[in-house]
Amino acid sequence: MADAFDLVVIGAGPGGYVAAIRASQLGLKTAIVEREALGGICLNWGCIPTKALLKSAEVYEQLGHLADFGLSVQGRSYDFSGIVHRSRKVAKQLSAGVAFLMKKNRVEVVDGVASLEAATPAPCVNVALKAGGARTLTARWVILATGARARVIPAIGLAPDGDRVWTYREAMVPDAAPTSLLVVGSGAIGMEFASFYRSLGTDVTVIEALPRILPVEDEEISATAQKAFEKRGLKFRVDAKVAGLSRTRSGIAIAVESGGKSESLEAERAIVAVGIEGNVEGLGLEALGVRIDRGHVAVDSHGATNVPGLYAIGDIAGPPWLAHKASHEAVACVEHIAGVGGGHLSAPIPGCTYTTPQIASIGLTEAQAKAAGLSLKIGRFPFRANGKAIAAGETEGLVKTVFNADTGALVGAHMIGAEVTEMIQGFALAMTLEATEAEIMATVFPHPTLSEAMHEAVLDAYGRALHL
Amino acid sequence: MSTDVLMPALSPTMEEGALAKWHVKVGDTVRSGDVIAEIETDKATMEVEAVDEGVVEALLVPEGTESVKVNAPIARLSGGGTATAAASPARSGGAPGETMAVRVPAAPPVAPATAGRRAAVTTPASGRLLASPLARRVASQMGVDLAGIRGSGPHGRIILRDVEGFKPAVAVVMSARAAPPSESPREVRSLEQMGIPQGTYDLKPLDGMRKTVARRMTESFRNVPHFPLTIDLEIDALLAARSSINALLTAEGGKVSVNDLIIKAAAIALQRVPEANASYTPEGLAFHHHADIAVAVAVDGGLITPIVRAAETKGVAQIASEMKGLAERARTRKLKPEEYLGGTFTISNLGMFGIRSFASIINEPQGAILSVGAGERRAVVRGESLAAATVMTVTLTCDHRVVDGAIGARWLAAFRTLIENPITMIV
Repeated sequence: MADAFDLVVIGAGPGGYVAAIRASQLGLKTAIVEREALGGICLNWGCIPTKALLKSAEVYEQLGHLADFGLSVQGRSYDFSGIVHRSRKVAKQLSAGVAFLMKKNRVEVVDGVASLEAATPAPCVNVALKAGGARTLTARWVILATGARARVIPAIGLAPDGDRVWTYREAMVPDAAPTSLLVVGSGAIGMEFASFYRSLGTDVTVIEALPRILPVEDEEISATAQKAFEKRGLKFRVDAKVAGLSRTRSGIAIAVESGGKSESLEAERAIVAVGIEGNVEGLGLEALGVRIDRGHVAVDSHGATNVPGLYAIGDIAGPPWLAHKASHEAVACVEHIAGVGGGHLSAPIPGCTYTTPQIASIGLTEAQAKAAGLSLKIGRFPFRANGKAIAAGETEGLVKTVFNADTGALVGAHMIGAEVTEMIQGFALAMTLEATEAEIMATVFPHPTLSEAMHEAVLDAYGRALHL
Repeated sequence: MSTDVLMPALSPTMEEGALAKWHVKVGDTVRSGDVIAEIETDKATMEVEAVDEGVVEALLVPEGTESVKVNAPIARLSGGGTATAAASPARSGGAPGETMAVRVPAAPPVAPATAGRRAAVTTPASGRLLASPLARRVASQMGVDLAGIRGSGPHGRIILRDVEGFKPAVAVVMSARAAPPSESPREVRSLEQMGIPQGTYDLKPLDGMRKTVARRMTESFRNVPHFPLTIDLEIDALLAARSSINALLTAEGGKVSVNDLIIKAAAIALQRVPEANASYTPEGLAFHHHADIAVAVAVDGGLITPIVRAAETKGVAQIASEMKGLAERARTRKLKPEEYLGGTFTISNLGMFGIRSFASIINEPQGAILSVGAGERRAVVRGESLAAATVMTVTLTCDHRVVDGAIGARWLAAFRTLIENPITMIV
């Protein structure tokens, strides 16, 4: 079997498989090595299956508010295994879709576990095949796209036990929804599971070490989100340090220290969502002398590591740990390798959290922009002043814009409310095209849509909002 | 029907300018593209072209008028067609009647001629100029002409980073007339893109001195039209003089180097040929009163040029002791700015490294720099026979804008006289 390639990609998540497709489009003979399932965590255990779960939860929760719409339904209930089953089916369908894309693009898929060995012009890739045996692949370039996994802290019990303590992975496929749940960490992953289980009636408490939930978001959005979540019955402990997690007779107990006070929170289950660690082990990176910085492979702006011919993209190359960031880096890295990278832009990366309400943001928060020394113009527009939001019964929401007052550059946008994850691309496009407030103001936003709130938030930054 | 020709804005910040010269008179027929006038600001002189046809009916502003407001009518044409919108004035000046647009030619591309105006981003030659809205706005705020910037975005689109990273050539602040043709800034490519993989070298970040050396040398080599003049000097007499001087100075503990004598000789030569002790400026040629001799001193990580002020007035012993202190402070990076800023002439000596001959890069704004090679025993022809002598090759690099070949040659002749007959230094 011909085992010499132009490019070997290790890991078939949204970074790896996109890199392989782009490489093939550019005429490179490409192989991709995957130890588990095509599509990686995103497709199989992350972005996609959680969206399936959240859709079920959202529909179920709306059934509880039908009277607002002049509707009623008898006997609202859910079948938890049915919800999980649908989620798995969606993941499977998409994984099969990636297999099709690999075939269509003539990318050779090698099922197995890869490790690297020093060679020129790029390290060679030894694969312990899933089917047994081994293969050695040589290539002119190798791209590491092995992703990341949930960070665990076993010393204080923050590690999955296969039963009562979960990471995202176990939380996605339990037999039943717990009656009570503690979520450690209020980032996107923690909050999405908190939102999901709360919709199904679970008593959920979220523990956050920092002074506010969703700490990467704009402070105003964090505060608005916390209020909205609390209205749905979610409970929070912020500025709270987890001292330890222990098992009780029927569940788990977490000792929490906050403001000098200690308390013990008890629940049936706990989810550990305290961050991400790059999958840098077992690849032979140490022997190659690959520079690793705080659990991630250090790369330059093209994804090149310090080892000739070896590149890294996506979660393994550092934050933000987002699928679309991995895909974006994949294309940029492959185009650089193939020498067609002219005109590549360092575009801002939007972030989305699919809770109820949704949260989406891009660029700098107000505090970050201030810290950067910019003079600012800030605009805000609430959903409750938006016609479509009122008609749809989705008045909980806010759009906030941050402009550089000197140049009119949109430096950040922050949204909370229904469908904001679908709308943030409007601001992403504006920022990537380097629109100023003038072009966004001149853009016609269709009526009636929630997106009009984006337009108004831009107008408001310049004191020109029409519906405030 | 008449149309008014309005005073054009040569830069976004320009509010008024001088009407330097009319190229047309009443009764002339002008066609699109004809140069009709020259406009001057403190920064630039630009030719103004007519966009439409017509007969000059009146020149409303006399030649030589200072402080003509932008958009004020400066001439009236009759029989012209309709006004063009192609370069409509940036401000609505409320001028009566129809206005005739003028177009400032894009010929000297570095000139901030049309920067900032919305219409300006359309260059007649190349059609539409691709630039992001933010890039356009920031360029206009900075007074930078987009036409001189190379876009790094898709399809060569000019984006913010191109504008922010753009350093206008020095010439922008000088006369547009004298400005050399602009070059778009080179696209900076990583070593890896150029075939040198990461990990095969160590990267040392640029310190302030390295950045300054890189910037000043690049600007000088690119902007100054320079040429070298080389001669050989016999220095046996100079070496003998040095020995005698040092014999006298030993008692006082001083010591004079060949370089100190070269400083003294150069200073006197600059007094004798004052045309060489000069700087080019857009306003005129500056002839310096004193010979402030900058001396290149190699230091760890770069070089610096401390200055012996008014060296023509100082004795060699004093020059020697000043140089000793300056070189010491240079090496310990303790020079004060007034000790290294503002010389009128530079000497760079690589003789101690055995270099026979080299041509230095002009130390702007000085008009010339002297490169001194090693003194070595060489065969020389005396009359019809060969003899041995200690010979030193020196090269004078001249800024041709101020020091022409003949001036440089005269300076070298004066310098030769002083070096080969050191006693004349005290005459």
